[in-house]
Parts: sequence; structure tokens; C-alpha cells
Amino acid sequence: VPRVIVDVVLKPEILDPQGQAIQGALGRLGFAGVNTVRQGKHFELDVEDDVDDALLNKLADTLLANPVIETFTVRRVDASNSAAQPEA
Amino acid sequence: MRVGVVTFPGSLDDRDAQKAVRLAGAEAVALWHADPQLYDVDAVVLPGGFSYGDYLRCGAIARFAPVMESIVSGARDGLPVLGICNGFQVLCESHLLPGALIRNDIRRFVCRPQRLRVENVSTSWTSGYTAHEEIVVPIKNGEGGFVADTATLDMLEAEGRVVLRYLEDNPNGSYRNIAGISNEAGNVVGVMPHPEHAVEALTGTGTDGLPFFESVVARFVGAAA
Repeated sequence: VPRVIVDVVLKPEILDPQGQAIQGALGRLGFAGVNTVRQGKHFELDVEDDVDDALLNKLADTLLANPVIETFTVRRVDASNSAAQPEA
Repeated sequence: MRVGVVTFPGSLDDRDAQKAVRLAGAEAVALWHADPQLYDVDAVVLPGGFSYGDYLRCGAIARFAPVMESIVSGARDGLPVLGICNGFQVLCESHLLPGALIRNDIRRFVCRPQRLRVENVSTSWTSGYTAHEEIVVPIKNGEGGFVADTATLDMLEAEGRVVLRYLEDNPNGSYRNIAGISNEAGNVVGVMPHPEHAVEALTGTGTDGLPFFESVVARFVGAAA
């Protein structure tokens, strides 16, 4: 079954309070050298073979991302190598 | 006059909104998210809460509820629609209003009385206020920061579509202290503060929120007369 990864990130001009909180926590924990953190969303979709790129882009643009504040990328991966594959 | 109040899974303030509608002199009609029928209502309120658990983004899933398809097409034909808090988020996700609402810049949920200025008294929901009237209405949100690109913000300002503005402390980092906006026609209004919680002297911060509901009733009665 083909696996599709959709990553959604906030546009650069949109404030990311969650990313700022994470960056602050990293500093308090002693992880030096991290200048910024931006938090996004990662979706893994198992799709039928006939699902084409146009449909994937449409569903990402319609629901997974809000194009007013976010951008997204869609890519197909080899499901057998995906990090999300459950351990046998 | 019949004013519909939508209940989504996770709506919290639908009963308060219904009561505000009744206090303003209209009949409150409960609308259900999964039912596309609007039952001949003359206006609609999308109440506050956490529709669909705020999953994905606030309002993102509610936008596709069957009732919303009817409301979106009704709104385009002039049906007055007021979105409060989560309802405002639903209106932005539905693209009935521009911009979006993101997590508060202070990273905390804010719940307090809020001073506001009514910037536009020509919308369906604010005609009962006087120009630049200052009011106090409760605010309670975790993701109430209004954001939009500069061109959209300038357009909203130039067209007088900023309906409500935060005074004194901006509670959530909203750009240009924007607490509420309208569509171009003025029939669709979204506000982050909760006018339905300020409609009776006994509870809440006073009755400064009641004119939202009286405005839409007065306009309807005036049109019918």
C-alpha cells in the first residue's frame, strides 16, 4: 500500500507560541545552540494505488493545512522503510 | 424572528447563546451539526466551545459539518451569522471571514472581563451600539490570536471591517488588537469575546453583550414593518 507523508508548517510570518515554548524549554534543559523552533504537523496516509498527486494536494489544501497560515509538502515514501511502520 | 444556534460535538455555549437570543426577543432554534436543515431561521449563531475537540485546528472539522454547508451558502445570500469564539474560528476556516486564529501569544488560556471598543456599528450584529462605544464583555480563549497577512489587515481596516478592538491589554497577541471582524456585506461577524455571557445583570460582567442580539432582532423587525 503506498504511503504518503504530508508535512504542514506555519508560514514564517505567523507567530508560533508553541515553538517558542519548546525553544525556551530546550535552553532551560541545557541544550545550547538552538536558535529557533517552529512546530508543525506530520501526517502519514496509507492510500490506494490510484490516488494521484492532484487529489493528495487537494486534500492537503482543503483539510490538513489551512493555507491562510500554513504551507504543506506532499511526498510518497516506501512504506516498508517508514519510521511509522510498527515493530514486528 | 427565529435565530438558530448550532450545536457541534464539543460546543459549550450553545445554551447561553439561546438564552441571549430569547432575552433579545427572538425565538431560539436549536440546530444540529449533522442536520443540513436550517428550519427557516432568520439568523444563525455559531457558539463557543471546542467543536470536534479542536482536533487538527480549531474549527477545521466543524467547517465541513452538514449544517455548515447550508450556513455558508445562506451567508453568501445575506443570512446574518454571528460566530463567537470557536464560532469565529469556524467562520475563518470556512473562508466566510479572512484570517485565522492561533494560540495565544502568552501561551495561556485567558478568562476575564475584557474592555473593548465597537469600531463598526453598521453590521447586522452591532447596529444597536453607538459609534466607538466602549463595552466590557468576558473573554475566554486559548487560541484567540487573530492573524492575517498585512494586505488583508490593511483591507479590513480600510473597509471598516474591524468590528471590535481590544482596549488596554491585548489578551492573546491578536494583530492590531482585533477582537472581531465582519465580511464585506456586514451580515457575517466573528468575535472572540463572548457577548452571550454579558446579557443579564445577575451574572457575568453586566449587559454590554445584549445589543449584539438586539441588533439582529431590531433589523429583522424593522425590515418586516
